[in-house]
Amino acid sequence: MRRFSLKSLLQEASSGHQGWERQWRAPEPKKEYDVIVVGGGGHGLATAYYLATVHGVTNVAVLEKGWIGGGNTGRNTTIVRSNYLFDESAGLYEHAMKLWEGLSQELNYNVMFSQRGVLMLAHNHHDVISFKRHVYANRLNGIDNEWLSPEECKAYCPPLSISPELRYPVLGGALQRRGGTARHDAVAWGYARGADARGVDIIQNCEVLGLKRHPDGSVAGVETSRGTIGAKRVGVVAAGHTGVVMGRFGLRMPVESVPLQALVSEPVKPVFPCVVMSNAVHAYISQSDKGELVIGAGTDQYVSYSQQGGIQIINHTLDAICELFPQFGRMRMLRSWGGIVDVTPDRSPILGKTPIEGLFVNCGWGTGGFKATPGSGHVFAHTLATGEPHKINAPFSLDRFRTGRLIDEAAAAAVAH
Amino acid sequence: MSQPFRLPSGGRIDRKRPLSVSFNGKRLEGFAGDTVASMLLASGQHLAGRSFKYHRPRGILSHGSDEPSALLSVDWRADRGPGYRDPNNRASVVEARDSLVVKTQNHWPSLETDIGAVNDLLSPVFVAGFYYKTFMWPRTFWDKVYEPVIRRAAGLGEAPEVKDADRYSNRHAHCDVLVVGAGPAGLAAALAASADGEKRVILADEGLEPGGALLNDVTSKIDGKPAMDWVAESVSTLDARENVVILPRTTAFGYYNHNHVCMVEKVSDHRADAPEGLARERLWQVRAGEVVLATGSHERPLVFENNDRPGIMLAESVRAFVNRWAVLPGNEIVVATSSASAYQTALDAKNAGARVSIVDIRLEADCGPELQTAKDAGITVRSGHTVIRALGKKRVSGLVVAPIDPDGAIGEKQTLACDCVAMSGGWTPSVHLFSQSRGKLRFDVELDAFVPGTSAQAERSAGACRGIYDLAAVIADGLAAGRSATGATDTAAGSTPQATASFTGFQPVRVLPTDADASKVKAFVDFQNDVTAKDIRLAVREGFESIEHVKRYTTTGMATDQGKTSNMNALGLVAGILDRPLPAVGTTTFRPPYTPVSFGALIGPARDELFDPVRKTPIDGWAEKNGAVFEPVALWRRAKYFPQAGEDMHGAVARETKAVRNAVGIFDASTLGKIEVVGPDAAEFMNRIYTNAWLKLKVGGCRYGLMLREDGFVYDDGVVARLAEDRFHVTTTTGGAPRVLRHMEDYLQTEWPDLDVFLTSITEQWAVIALQGPKARKVLEPFVSGIDLSEEAFPHMTVQSGFVCGVPCRLFRVSFTGELGFEVNVPADYGEAVWKALYEEGGKHGITAYGTEAMHVLRAEVGYVVVGQETDGTVTPDDLGLSGLVSKVKADFVGKRSLARPDMVAEGRRQLVGLLTKNPDEVIDEGAQVVDDPHRPIPMRMIGHVTSSYASSNCGRSIAMALIEGGRGRIGETVHVTTPGGFTEAVISKAAFYEVKGETADA
Repeated sequence: MRRFSLKSLLQEASSGHQGWERQWRAPEPKKEYDVIVVGGGGHGLATAYYLATVHGVTNVAVLEKGWIGGGNTGRNTTIVRSNYLFDESAGLYEHAMKLWEGLSQELNYNVMFSQRGVLMLAHNHHDVISFKRHVYANRLNGIDNEWLSPEECKAYCPPLSISPELRYPVLGGALQRRGGTARHDAVAWGYARGADARGVDIIQNCEVLGLKRHPDGSVAGVETSRGTIGAKRVGVVAAGHTGVVMGRFGLRMPVESVPLQALVSEPVKPVFPCVVMSNAVHAYISQSDKGELVIGAGTDQYVSYSQQGGIQIINHTLDAICELFPQFGRMRMLRSWGGIVDVTPDRSPILGKTPIEGLFVNCGWGTGGFKATPGSGHVFAHTLATGEPHKINAPFSLDRFRTGRLIDEAAAAAVAH
Repeated sequence: MSQPFRLPSGGRIDRKRPLSVSFNGKRLEGFAGDTVASMLLASGQHLAGRSFKYHRPRGILSHGSDEPSALLSVDWRADRGPGYRDPNNRASVVEARDSLVVKTQNHWPSLETDIGAVNDLLSPVFVAGFYYKTFMWPRTFWDKVYEPVIRRAAGLGEAPEVKDADRYSNRHAHCDVLVVGAGPAGLAAALAASADGEKRVILADEGLEPGGALLNDVTSKIDGKPAMDWVAESVSTLDARENVVILPRTTAFGYYNHNHVCMVEKVSDHRADAPEGLARERLWQVRAGEVVLATGSHERPLVFENNDRPGIMLAESVRAFVNRWAVLPGNEIVVATSSASAYQTALDAKNAGARVSIVDIRLEADCGPELQTAKDAGITVRSGHTVIRALGKKRVSGLVVAPIDPDGAIGEKQTLACDCVAMSGGWTPSVHLFSQSRGKLRFDVELDAFVPGTSAQAERSAGACRGIYDLAAVIADGLAAGRSATGATDTAAGSTPQATASFTGFQPVRVLPTDADASKVKAFVDFQNDVTAKDIRLAVREGFESIEHVKRYTTTGMATDQGKTSNMNALGLVAGILDRPLPAVGTTTFRPPYTPVSFGALIGPARDELFDPVRKTPIDGWAEKNGAVFEPVALWRRAKYFPQAGEDMHGAVARETKAVRNAVGIFDASTLGKIEVVGPDAAEFMNRIYTNAWLKLKVGGCRYGLMLREDGFVYDDGVVARLAEDRFHVTTTTGGAPRVLRHMEDYLQTEWPDLDVFLTSITEQWAVIALQGPKARKVLEPFVSGIDLSEEAFPHMTVQSGFVCGVPCRLFRVSFTGELGFEVNVPADYGEAVWKALYEEGGKHGITAYGTEAMHVLRAEVGYVVVGQETDGTVTPDDLGLSGLVSKVKADFVGKRSLARPDMVAEGRRQLVGLLTKNPDEVIDEGAQVVDDPHRPIPMRMIGHVTSSYASSNCGRSIAMALIEGGRGRIGETVHVTTPGGFTEAVISKAAFYEVKGETADA
């Protein structure tokens, strides 16, 4: 892998950039791999990357139905934070946060991780209690999160209206300064390039159609649109389509898939310095480096695999955005889109074993998977390499729905994540 | 600025109505019917902006909504004050009128001299994706140093600084046929679809008048008459039909499921005389039986070095400016083309007085009749020529062209002096809406374009948007589409108008052949985002082969024009490099909106007081008059406390809570959710939804009900009264009302459809007045008829119907304070009158109105839980100490199975207890965490958290409730509770703090 650096960039500039290599190969699938990762999104590619770098498992294929990073990795609003309430979640997301903080250097790929701060607004008594509960819990877990008065919120995010006349006045906010945004596509590409350089085969346009099993029931490989590929272990990381893939394997997952929409405005000069989330009014907003306001909406009410939601969801989100940030009323929506998010009963992910020997699953990230990408890949790589969960993902077992040991962040926080 | 380039006659402008706009502080003149773009060109001003990345000078490329370059900040009502300015308006679609103030963007210090243009010199470094390869060292520099610089350089215009002063409206409409686009195909479709006078037809077009491409056309004839005569006749026919609505200035921007098409209509921006208060835009949400898409096509630019210089325009746009706006974009025009249609531009420009020559990439043999026509008109045609580069910087000054030898070699170069280039690389059908409808595109090699394939909804495309370009064929196709949309047969057709032939056909070219070093020259594919052909080559070299990857890596097609002019060139270029058929590279999925739509239009009226309108109780007016401080609770506003002069919340709540314990308080409980459960199976339904038993509840009895989710956690609670064998009056929490009804309906409709039960929300039908305190009965007594209020006749947890103040009422004897209490339910309209009567009578007994804060304190004093405060979706009935409410004998109820899961009954679950701070005056934070030992290292183990915390004047100290691991077994133990500055000590107690004296509620 040719290293990216200012020096190499300048060298190439003088020669018309003719010398850059492919960032990842386009190999033909081999007959067999030690590990197959189903799904070439950020989580799947990160898994492959850490399998190779941390565990030395390089005989790995990532199978992607379409093009890598084309699902929720390329469709989310790129918010990264780790101020979760429960110890289990805090452990997982903070693990990811620490990896984010060195990810560009680790990957030698600028993923533009920008710690501009994530401010979550409280609009009613219930929000205030909930956020203070988070702030206190985070303090005891060593995660930065601070309570801001309305005036402090305004100082941190000048476009914010803190008028008491607001329909849902801002009563304060919880700020995680280490939170921020990253360039989503670059995360997928950076992991792909890093994994590929270490021997991982990234195979695009390869849809997984079924599971091959040994007579004892354990995993033998997968059937794909490009033929049968053997594997000792298979990890399914298919986000909104996990239910579909696992269904083909004969397993019914406790997930429901729903469309989640987002939109961007036309680009403008810098006007919005941080990330603001307001769950009470269903709005998430930041400004991209390109200048677009990036706005996240709520999920549609109906389960669906169609990456198109109803416009009423977008309208309602913009109602809230313009209420909180009145100066944006004349901005224009440039592009809107939907992703399919897989939601578990407790809104926390599933990362671990399945009833089939050799088959593992990493799914259920719902509306908040992007921020976990490095941590998710890191612990899932451990799980695939060793056959056992890492202590960080052990609580996120499929089994918890049977035992009742749920990790219900959404219920606890009243905040989508 | 005068209008040196305005033609003396012609055009669809009204020369009797001159007007002016302010452009960068200068006066720009024009006429009604102009756009800002046509006025700029009339004045000779091509330079209209700076590009996104390299800050290159840019002019006007197009005459329509696909304009990528000429983006302006417009203050639409500078004369009316602030709040009317917005950035990034396309000059080509801003209709000119007096008092517009427009400015160019993305330059400093001025449009002419822009320091940012240094980026153009650095462009060898600033290639596609360069930022992924650098700015990584030192690690902390990205968001502190590099990113702010990049951000300042990026962006286009400045965001508005103040709140939007305009208003917007919203309309829902239904029709049998929606026709999108009022060009020849759309007009024909609308004529055919509406012919029977029965079918309701809506015809929408983004332009200010119908006609589409025919507005640019002064040569075509239909039935022997000028084409625009046919347009005028068609419009007048449609106007006369009552079943037709024509919407000009209306862009269909989103095609959603079930033929739900969203459109935005410009209502007042174009009107200098618009009355204040008239909506600026209107959002149309159309549900159409059938849709005809007649959305036309977009012209492709040619890709050659410096193809972005001001003065280089799309050929059809040059033609449009000449014919429609009577503006000659240059005196010396070179038409550079691979498409027959551009010959018409050459002919029309020459007729208008320009000196014109044609450079055609095609060989003579590959041309059609257009070649001879041009030659006959005396126009020099250089066939088989390529364009090497454009000269000039802020305005094109020449074009270097050269013949291409049969072997592909570049021949001798020649420079053609010019001040305008009209280019055409052919046409791309506008399939955006079709794609949004989730129809499947098909690649047509002949047309070199994606065209609509299989439909996913009830729609069909007609005309240029499916690759039909000849005028006669377009009209015939439109008529057929209109007929098919109404289910009419072709035999129902009238005669098809006869139109003259158009010049059609083009040779696809991706990048014009050149002998220059392709890795050095800047030949733009995406004008606004400054994506060049070499950027796309670089992306492919680096392994970005899917068009979606190329798009994301280079940002081609992601500018405000969403790739209307660039997508096909980019796609073709990638396919060419990879030597794959074009469809193998993929198509990008088109997403709403077709053109950018203002947030204002999407919001419509839903702002200020109409954004989530506040729900008010019937007693809200009284509360306001009596000085209540309100708080938002779900969609409601509720009186939080009633301060008297000089009182803060603490003082008011202390007074209110004392009054309830010592005399009587009156409380507006109208916001409580209320659902009537009615039907022969009502009791069985209740039995399944709630954890406790309902079959044996007597008529007239009340019972506290607890409801779980499927996962076994507490979902909602409330008192339920049985009014009759088959009728229950259910109350829910204020915030829970809608979701409880939804939860009930979900089970009723999907799990137990066999149960004969009806659910009706009655929250707003009843005003609920709570009288609480030892003197409650005394206050109520004088007003009640038909009910015996004595303890014996009307015990706690019963309900009776009768009259209060002569008004029919459902009177509950219930308490949420522990005191003697009644809840008076009267029809909402009588709520305020009954409240006033009770309040006046209560004056004799020391009645005090109290708000939600006192209500919370009072219930905490006696240990009642509030669902949503003590619970958070992770709490079981047993955690709350309410396992007695969970039936052990019922066969099933929602959540029963989950309650048996091992972790739900494990040791060490958090249980509800009280917390008493060592310092009785200290009120701990709600949400505070509880630990055993605050000296442990981080991460520190937490054993619980505080759910409620108040200063209680009745208890003479602070009180708190908390969920603590194994809490019920730890009464008396000391724990440590977080405070903003550290920790404080508290002792675990029972979750009840006050002993009610006298007649208690004994709940």
